[in-house]
Amino acid sequence: MKTLAQRVPELTPGLLPTLGRSIWPFLAGFGFAYLMQVGIAPAVGEFYGSLLVNIGIAIVLAVSLNIVNGFAGQFSIGHAGFMLVGGNAAAAIVYYGSIKLWGSPEIHGGFLGPGELLLVAGCVAGGLWAAFAGLIVGLPSLRLRGDYLAIVTLGFGEIMRVLVTQTGPQLRGKDAAEASWFTLMTKLNGNLGFSNPQGAYLDPQNPFWVWVFVSILLIVAYRLKSSTHGRALLAVRENEVAAEAMGVPTTRAKVSAFVLAAFFAGIGGALFAHELGSTLKPDPSTLGFQKSFDIVIMVVIGGMGSITGAVLAAVILTVMPELFREFDQYRMIVYALALIFMMILRPQGLMGLRELWDTSWWRRIFRRGGAS
Amino acid sequence: MSRLVDVFLHALTQGSLYALIALGYTLVYGILRFINFAHSDVVMVGAWVSYTLAGVFGWAATGSPAIAMPVVLILTMGICAVLGFTIERLAYRPLRRAPRLNVLITAIGVSLFLEHAGRLDAVFGPDPVSMPKLLSEEPLFHIAGVAVPIVDATVVFLAIALLLLLEWLVYRTKLGAAMRAVSFDERTASLMGINVDRVVSITFLIGSALAAAGGMFYGLKYGQLDVTAGSVWVLLGLKAFVAAVVGGIGNIRGAVAGAFLIAFVENFMATYASPAFQDAYVFAILIIVLLVKPGGLFGSVTREKV
Repeated sequence: MKTLAQRVPELTPGLLPTLGRSIWPFLAGFGFAYLMQVGIAPAVGEFYGSLLVNIGIAIVLAVSLNIVNGFAGQFSIGHAGFMLVGGNAAAAIVYYGSIKLWGSPEIHGGFLGPGELLLVAGCVAGGLWAAFAGLIVGLPSLRLRGDYLAIVTLGFGEIMRVLVTQTGPQLRGKDAAEASWFTLMTKLNGNLGFSNPQGAYLDPQNPFWVWVFVSILLIVAYRLKSSTHGRALLAVRENEVAAEAMGVPTTRAKVSAFVLAAFFAGIGGALFAHELGSTLKPDPSTLGFQKSFDIVIMVVIGGMGSITGAVLAAVILTVMPELFREFDQYRMIVYALALIFMMILRPQGLMGLRELWDTSWWRRIFRRGGAS
Repeated sequence: MSRLVDVFLHALTQGSLYALIALGYTLVYGILRFINFAHSDVVMVGAWVSYTLAGVFGWAATGSPAIAMPVVLILTMGICAVLGFTIERLAYRPLRRAPRLNVLITAIGVSLFLEHAGRLDAVFGPDPVSMPKLLSEEPLFHIAGVAVPIVDATVVFLAIALLLLLEWLVYRTKLGAAMRAVSFDERTASLMGINVDRVVSITFLIGSALAAAGGMFYGLKYGQLDVTAGSVWVLLGLKAFVAAVVGGIGNIRGAVAGAFLIAFVENFMATYASPAFQDAYVFAILIIVLLVKPGGLFGSVTREKV
């Protein structure tokens, strides 16, 4: 009889089978994104196409904030600050990068063309840059708890906004081609925000990359939630002192959740920056604390800690304002009242702590082989 | 020299404004332990109500009588006190036992409601307006060649008077003792026969009245009222809240001290360092203070127990 320790090697699956099993959700996600690109976007037209892009970006923001607010229970309301950092970095890389590589900021190549690869590189770089900002913000401030943490994250968000407002005007054409990258990263067009008259990469007919990042984030969030690290975060949320007593490195867990959230917020900001029609628009005025509040509201309405809840809330809160656009004056009033009633009548949010597949009606529909 | 005096006076006036608003945050936080994000909108409503009242009484034209200012001030404070009371009664009271995050989101909801209801034509209208001059523009006196306008002097004087009144109310009356007891421990206070709901209501009445005064003084000093959903109000509220946190939230004297600290740093740095980063200084102070002394300058840190 072998001991368990001796059996570990034979029970551990090899690298290739693990990879094989891990890859299929990503393949499914990319397949879905491709379907969005070639099937759904052309079929639904401009209006619904842009709505779908907005939904995708809202999902990225809500689910990423849910990692730190919902999983780890650390209340952060500075998410828009990281969007701003990531968005500006990505916009600068794509705009100045195009000028440096191809001599003009035009849209280069079609679907999956070289321009789009630069876009992806820009998004990832924007995410990394935002994650770095998250580390700088998170290390000192996560010692604080509750409301204090919320206020400090808000303060950092505002500071980032003020810093971006003070950057120099955007360089064009030859000036940009000759300037060094170091100079270029300080030319973010201050208060006005970046603009590219040549067009944007993510238009309503071109949502592929939005949905690629949505799928990656959803898989990461789902895997995280059921992993050791995710369980550590949930433990911190439920009771920090008890978690520490059980040997959870609480500070490390919190900071890593914060950095991960900031990374995806940066990607969300990068997508947001490359979305709006002919203008790149990561300008500081649209990414202030109001935007942070919007994302927090999505997380709370969805149910803190529920991934599907955050997705659901992101979809609802993006679609609703569009549907009621004709009641312009009153729609925000109704929204505000709905928010208040929701909090009074269903304080745990739409899903609470559960995921979609935990709900009773889901089980009733998809019950497999009797009750288990 | 005259520049120094000028900046000093501005900081003093602005500090008084912040203090009036910060007290509302700190009173509510002290008792209910949540950030009342709708407070900055009560400030906004205060400013707009005072503008509307001045129009209703026909004092919008120059040369309004001396009685104009006090009448408008008292009415504005009264109206906003009722508004604050109503908000607490309808939106916050049903959530007294709910997680604080829910109350926070509700506060954001109330804030959005006030901002967008105010934009309607039937309420305040969608355009920024300029505040009528309820006070004479003649300077009151001169210090080192700098004219001190009546507006600034009145704002500082009335703010200090209101602060002293609040100080007396909280530390010298039975009601104040009840407020401090509820703030210390709500359950025990209610066991001692204190009507907690009534104390909370009164807190909202006082906080909103002070916020209304702050809003009106803001309008008198700066002469411009931003649209009701304008970021000016939110930023004003945020800075006042930062003042409350810096002074140790829940602590009345701390909020006043924090307000003046914020105002002085903001104004002096904007004048002598760089005006571009004016808003950043405020949040930088906040972050530095919280990292060095997590309970604020005059607050106490409560240790978390299992």
